[in-house]
Amino acid sequence: MYKSFAEVKTALASGSSVLEIVESYLTKINQHAHLNAYLEVFEQSAKENALRVDEKIKKGTAGRLAGMVIGLKDNLAYKNHKVSAASKILEGFESIYTATAVQRLIDEDAIIIGRLNCDEFAMGSSNENSAFGPVKNHLNTNCVPGGSSGGSAVATGANLCTASLGSDTGGSIRQPASFTGTYGLKPTYGRISRYGLIAYASSFDQIGPITNTLEDAALLLEIMAGDDEYDATVSSKKVANYSAFDTVKPLRIAVISEALYAEGIDPEVSAKMEAVIASLKKAGNTVENVSFPYMDFIVPTYYVLSTAEASSNLSRFDGVHFGHRSQNAQGVEATYKKSRSEGFGPEVQRRIMAGTFVLSHGYYDAYYTKGQKVRRILQNKTNAIFKQFDLILLPTTPSTAFELNAVKDPINMYLQDIFTVHANLTGNPAISLPLGRHSNGMPFGVQVMANHFDEKQLFNFSHYLENL
Amino acid sequence: MKITEETVDHIAHLARLEFIGDKKQAIQQDMEMILTFMEKLNEVDTEAIEPLIFMNTEVNKLREDIAIETISQEEGLRNAPKKDSDYFRIPKVLDK
Repeated sequence: MYKSFAEVKTALASGSSVLEIVESYLTKINQHAHLNAYLEVFEQSAKENALRVDEKIKKGTAGRLAGMVIGLKDNLAYKNHKVSAASKILEGFESIYTATAVQRLIDEDAIIIGRLNCDEFAMGSSNENSAFGPVKNHLNTNCVPGGSSGGSAVATGANLCTASLGSDTGGSIRQPASFTGTYGLKPTYGRISRYGLIAYASSFDQIGPITNTLEDAALLLEIMAGDDEYDATVSSKKVANYSAFDTVKPLRIAVISEALYAEGIDPEVSAKMEAVIASLKKAGNTVENVSFPYMDFIVPTYYVLSTAEASSNLSRFDGVHFGHRSQNAQGVEATYKKSRSEGFGPEVQRRIMAGTFVLSHGYYDAYYTKGQKVRRILQNKTNAIFKQFDLILLPTTPSTAFELNAVKDPINMYLQDIFTVHANLTGNPAISLPLGRHSNGMPFGVQVMANHFDEKQLFNFSHYLENL
Repeated sequence: MKITEETVDHIAHLARLEFIGDKKQAIQQDMEMILTFMEKLNEVDTEAIEPLIFMNTEVNKLREDIAIETISQEEGLRNAPKKDSDYFRIPKVLDK
């Protein structure tokens, strides 16, 4: 069992081959099939690539990720392999190119071992919206793993890969990381190219790693980040050496009081936050409560804008050039309507309908433009906090993982993202650190948010915090 | 926001989706619930606030317009639900 890349490297140094490491992961994946984390295991290509990397190791030409075994959320393209966004509408679809983020890992000799279950089109907070069944939390199989990158979080947490990639539109990396005791990073908007990521809401989506160590998250970001001619929204800002953690001098840390004392937050989550604050203060940092009086508007703003963008992005699934085509339709318009209604699941249809409404004639200004204005206020207010403080500290989730089928009402499900959506609305980087352990036995995360493109500080501080 | 059956039909048509029977009632209720939730934003004073449209602050990057073949015709057709040797096949547009 290899929990981290450090353990993989130790095994390689003591004579194990990459093929042996891949085979041990394959065995473990088979033993944990009941978790439903993998939608498909790329056994053949993983073994072939392992042999290739073993050859490179012998010749001394192996890349920085030689021996790391990575699972991909089922919305990332990997050439000549299937990708479905956990949707029936893309069942059987095969990628004809590889996502930039994935290619950069392959270029450093990482092995891609399979595609991981998620909520359909990354829409959900419990992984119960997958067309291929829910993922179970490996720490308690009655509980959800969180979503939408639930398969990625469980595969990493249960050691069915060394690390995984997810995507985070409203918390879809950090919330499942909190529920599974793993590290989950959402980088700054534009830090990693999204070429080859199946789009959900393009002004929010970011790819990021889910790992068992902070070192692995930093290393993966370092390798994936940076300019890419295939994504016009990616930043050309220099990529720092995130994986070399520097010592931090005393920092100024803001705590959002409305989050810490939010209604419905589990008292053990608040207590952990208070304990973290106390130890930070004791170590000489400045920690102050700040007011962010927009907590109640965060999730509604997110749903106005993300559903609008989803309705536009998902219009490409029409049953003509790829994907499911209804056998029950006659004529072009009926083909569109029936293919889409048969292919998309209920939550995806709900969001397309809400998004189409907010963009429709007569309602555009009242909903969509209004949402964009509130987003500006949220960003201004957050930027103002970062003028006075280096970092913001808040919980990742209000509670630990809930039981399967426990949250039935869509609005209640949307509110699961209350602490994570903030960073997506404002574009800031944020990480969930697995520092909390509840008396019910389940983990929960502590979330740190940094200024735009300040991932270096985010990692330095996270390293400091977990060793405090 | 009260959503009528006509609104559901209109939006469903714009979204190229169809809801029949129970499903129409269910989506009508869900839309009312979701839109009411979104209307919370009316409590925020946005007078004189510019909408935030672009999340990246960098200027457009221009490149030379060079023709390169990134995907072959065969690859382009690979995932088509219906095709012949050179083309996507679509349902009949005109019925005789």
